[in-house]
Amino acid sequence: MILNVNGQQQTVDVEPDTPLLYVLRGELGLNGAKYGCGLGQCGACTVLVDNRAAFSCVTPVAALAGKRILTLESLGTADNPGPLQQAFIAEQAAQCGYCTAGMIMRADGLLRRNTQPTDAEIRAAMQPNLCRCGTQMRILRAVKRAAVVMHTNAESNG
Amino acid sequence: MRYVLLLSAALLVLGCGGLVWLDWYPAIRPSQPPGRASFPAATIERGARLAALGNCMSCHTAPGGAPFAGGRALETPFGTIYASNITPDPATGIGTWSQAAFTRALREGVDRGGHLLYPAFPYDHFTRISAADDADLYAYLITRPPVHAARPPNDLSFPFDHRFLIAGWKLLFFRTPPFRPDPGQSATWNRGAYLVQGIAHCGACHTPRNLLGAEEAGHLLAGGEVQGWYAYALNGASPAPLPWTADSLYAYLRHGWQAQHGDSLGPMREVTDDLAGAPDDDLRAIATYIAAGLGTATPHAVPAPIAAPASTGETLYQGACADCHEHRGGPPFAGIDLAESSTTHAPNPIDLANIVTGGIPATGEEPAPIMPGFGSVLTGRQTADLIGWLRARFGAAQPRDGVAGAVQAARAHDGLSEAAR
Repeated sequence: MILNVNGQQQTVDVEPDTPLLYVLRGELGLNGAKYGCGLGQCGACTVLVDNRAAFSCVTPVAALAGKRILTLESLGTADNPGPLQQAFIAEQAAQCGYCTAGMIMRADGLLRRNTQPTDAEIRAAMQPNLCRCGTQMRILRAVKRAAVVMHTNAESNG
Repeated sequence: MRYVLLLSAALLVLGCGGLVWLDWYPAIRPSQPPGRASFPAATIERGARLAALGNCMSCHTAPGGAPFAGGRALETPFGTIYASNITPDPATGIGTWSQAAFTRALREGVDRGGHLLYPAFPYDHFTRISAADDADLYAYLITRPPVHAARPPNDLSFPFDHRFLIAGWKLLFFRTPPFRPDPGQSATWNRGAYLVQGIAHCGACHTPRNLLGAEEAGHLLAGGEVQGWYAYALNGASPAPLPWTADSLYAYLRHGWQAQHGDSLGPMREVTDDLAGAPDDDLRAIATYIAAGLGTATPHAVPAPIAAPASTGETLYQGACADCHEHRGGPPFAGIDLAESSTTHAPNPIDLANIVTGGIPATGEEPAPIMPGFGSVLTGRQTADLIGWLRARFGAAQPRDGVAGAVQAARAHDGLSEAAR
């Protein structure tokens, strides 16, 4: 079947009930999304489907025909990180780092529909994703920082 | 013909006049709110437990608002009703209500000023509350912190926006039998019956309502619809494939979920949250009474799953649902066995649509079931395929009935627009 991943049409030969996460990592070599619990409960596998955060470990590819999938790789590279990634680096919002990709994609989903979220809105939106290291306060600061930077950039460009 | 018209007109005038007359209640003189010192601490404490059993807080508190300060919107088939402020604020709450005024509201559905109250306030149940319990409830509510919060005006369709019509509704449907214990039953059963029929007002959601919004007397606890959810039948028509017992019902009411039967959701989650403040003995009594009404406690064989044709629904189930719902040991850390779930067997698919779309949110500190919502990755069509397949596979009698409408309602409720898909 054909999947639209990070703006590219990708033809993959998998069973239709295969979770998207396995296709991203196993077939397409996109290792940003992580396998955490495999039950849609921790958020390490979070990607965007039509701009909404989704757990890729419990999303069968059969559900995704014609939908736009965005992974961490869509935001920037190690050499040229995007604003959200820069904000996570600036706030040192990772300890072991396993949840980070999912956190960033969850935040990306929030900032796409709400460019100026309040602290309460950030907390509510990030609630499904877990961090076992206790980096939550830095993650919240990073999202706030990214929101301000991205909003300011958009203003000065617009 | 002319006489018929005249006669009809005369009857209409007489009828309206009659209603206006029935509508008339005297105002009860405003009184100073009695202070906390007027009540023994034990009285207030008993009132708090009754308020928990009566689920007063969740209806009378707006999302994020002060407890009991009202303003919560209740969607009804007749429009939106806003719950009143029942804190002792003199201007916007019940601060000027005497015990007599409070009791009249509970027993007759009339406020202190003499206005009829809409039966969204379940006074058709509260007539069965004893005078002693009325007094305890009053002591508790009148000693809460007063909150100044005016209630938004109701948004009801014509003619339901005319309060005097409530007099007609009461004439037709409002009966005031006091609670009568059944000497043939145990004390626990009778305590449960008293609570269920009165303060806990289970029938307000679990009994179907007629076109004028009154509970159907012939179908007590036969299952009803409320706030976009289906409240399961609590009589012999219960859809639970595994029979409930007094023990499993008690555990469900105590913790908000039970390993074989799953989680309380929607308006029932609010009820089980409130029940955290209710005493064990009373929850056991409710469970005993309801379990007795559900009929036999002998487990019957779970019906064999119906073979459902392989389809999109099955593919989605295998990819999205099976991993948690099969072979992982059940709630709270994995999904319920869908062959044993009331939700897949219910006559109305709305709850299944709500859960697949919105998931089961995490709450509290204790382990409890959670489930991701799939509304963001499934289209309405895919959701309907999945639900139709689940119901066919796991044994609902009419698997496809009402599915499309249920999915549409669930998605609208979650703010998912079909236009985007």
